[in-house]
Formats: sequence, structure tokens, C-alpha cells
Amino acid sequence: MSDAAGATKQPWEALLLAVAETGDRDAFSRLFAHFAPRVKSYLLRQGSSPSQAEDIAQETLALLWRKAGLFDPEKASASTWIFRIARNQMIDRIRRRKRPELDPNDPLLTPAAEPAPDRQASKQEDIAAVRSALAELPEKQREVIMLSFFEEDPHPAIAEKLQLPIGTVKSRIRLALARLDTLLDRNAHGES
Amino acid sequence: MDRHHHLPDDLLLAYAAGSLAEGWSLAVASHLTYCLSCRQRDGALEAIGTAALEEMPPEPMDAGAFEACMARAESAEAEQPGNVVAGSNTPAPLRQYLGCDIDAVKWSPLGGGIRQHLIETGDETRARLLFIPPGEDVPQHTHQGLELTLVLAGSFADGDEEFHAGDIEVADETVDHTPVSGPNGPCICLAVTDAPLVFRSWLPRMIQRFAKI
Ligand SMILES: [Zn+2]
Repeated sequence: MSDAAGATKQPWEALLLAVAETGDRDAFSRLFAHFAPRVKSYLLRQGSSPSQAEDIAQETLALLWRKAGLFDPEKASASTWIFRIARNQMIDRIRRRKRPELDPNDPLLTPAAEPAPDRQASKQEDIAAVRSALAELPEKQREVIMLSFFEEDPHPAIAEKLQLPIGTVKSRIRLALARLDTLLDRNAHGES
Repeated sequence: MDRHHHLPDDLLLAYAAGSLAEGWSLAVASHLTYCLSCRQRDGALEAIGTAALEEMPPEPMDAGAFEACMARAESAEAEQPGNVVAGSNTPAPLRQYLGCDIDAVKWSPLGGGIRQHLIETGDETRARLLFIPPGEDVPQHTHQGLELTLVLAGSFADGDEEFHAGDIEVADETVDHTPVSGPNGPCICLAVTDAPLVFRSWLPRMIQRFAKI
């Protein structure tokens, strides 16, 4: 991880694996510099106070360090791993709810191993593809998708914010998800 | 994908975003244990949440935040994979609530050989296990809101659709159904509602109130 020239192109997965394998603080500081301010921003958007957002963002990154050994780049991108930790901290600390979760090591899991992807794309590329598909969505559709991730009770909150009937909010979300699927499919199979 | 046996996007999106109430989330997490197709959909929706996180305008952290974070990180041991229970027939998230497997829970009789076991949730959702002897009608009922029924053992049929272990039935208030358990052994399912069930027949109101259905 000491190769400074490659640092900006270093995928987050490699940095997180370096944290897991050698407790690499330099790699961790790069993850921190990128993700902590975004996690803080996400938490503020969920309605936490600035001091609470700072606290939970620090806690999220501290958990990232402690959970690094459990990270499996075959199953998730590093940024999705961070999203999950941040989301679960948000549910626990801001909404004060419990979140029942799948155990990835549950012997009941069927099928136990996910089928191999048809091409060896990194999960990091997947997130980049989702971001560009999101950018291609009509603004009204993009808006309801983003709000779905920020509101405690999304359908009524979005209806009030946009002055729309709840039925319209629900159908707009459905349309937006269908459009995203189409865009992702087209971008994956069309020009690379 | 057969939407009657799987989870619709609105529930999976709420689960991925972290806005789904606890009882529903318990049914979702338990179904995901059995279902690759819903797991993959959940992963796709989490990728959207991840993209949303990446799009957030960065909010500067306080001075000294990195050092404070490092100190926290090193104040506790690294996390190890959780213990899994080999040979369990109960999805891990449900097992956490029950404290045991589905065949070791304490049942309360509801009459007609049907039994239930209530599961405490911290919100308005009501979760319970139901035990239905083979070939028995689940009392005909309607409900005001949503009902999720996940089969854990045995099977049931609702109209001409069959549900086996791992399958989930998503029923809203427009459904007036009479599920019947399959002939081979009792059917045990996890049922989650957000409003009391309204039985049309069969079960006296007194028992309904007493049993907190
Ligand atoms: Zn499914």
C-alpha cells in the first residue's frame, strides 16, 4: 500500500484487505478520508445533530477497522460494506430500532455458495455502474429513489415533500427501479 | 419470479434502506436465508444505497477525528465470525428472537390443534409462530394491513398455490384467504401482521382477544 503513485487508483477493496491483513494504518486513513465525511453527511441527512453525526461517523469507521477481517471482496464491495455498517448504526442509534439480519454463515443458507459471476467484474465497478445509471434517471425518478434511503417513513414523507398522493409516490418508485434495471442491463451488455 | 412466493421490491427496498419495521424485517431476513433470488435483489438495492452514500456531499470531520477514530478502533478486539448452530432448522435471525429452534418453543393452544408462539417486537408489528396440524384449515381470516407468512416446516396451500419451507406469502387486505396445511406433517410458519387478524369463523372472539392474535 506504500505505492503512492497508484494510490488514487487503488480500489477500496485493496485498502480494506490491507487493513484486515496487516493492520495498515495508511490504507485505513485513506478509507477514512474518503468515507467518514460521506457517512457524516448521510447521518445528517437522516436527521441527526452535527455532534451525533460526527460521533456515529467515527464509530462507523472504527467498526470498519474491527470488522475488516470479516470482509469478503467476492461478496460485496468495500463501499457497500461501509454503507451497511453506517445504515445499521443509523437504525440502532438514530431510529433506536432493531434490525434482524441474515447471517452469511448460516448453515441453512441455500444455496450455500453464490454462483460464480459470468465475468470477473469487481464489485467496485458495480457501484460505479449504479452511480452512472442513477445519473441517467429522469430527475423526478432519481429524487424518489434517493429520498427512499434518507427518510424514516419514506412513502408519507416523500408524498408530503413533493405534494403528491402516496399512490403516485409508490408507482414512481416502481418506475424508477424498473428504469434503473433497464439502464444497468443495457450498460452491462451494450458498449463497455 | 413468482411474486407470491417472494418479496416485492417495496419491502426489499425498505429493508435495504433501513426503514422497514422490525417484524417485517424479521420475516424478510428469514426468507433471505432460504432464497437466492431475493438475496440478489437485496444486494442490487443495497448497491443503490451505496451509490447514494457515495453521492453525499462530504461533510468535514472535526479536527482530530481520525486519531479519535483510531483510538476507538483499537479499544476493542477485532470482530470474529459469529457462532453458527450446525443442524439447526431455524434461520439465524429468527433463532435470535426465539432463543431456540422452532421445535423447542413453548406453544399456546388456539383450539383445533392449532398453536401459536408470540414473538416480542419493539414496534407496531406483530410476529408469531403458528403450528398447524396436517390437513387442517388455518381459520379463514382477513386483515387490515399486510400479512407475511413464511413457511419454516411442512407446507400449506392457499387456493391453488402451494407454499413450502422457505416460501413466503405476501397478502394484503384485499386477500380473504383460507390456507390449508399440507398432509405430510404439521406446518410451522412465521406470520407477521401490522393489525390484528380478523377471523371470519371458527375461532370465537373470546379466544381471539385472549390469544392476542
Ligand atoms: Zn424470495
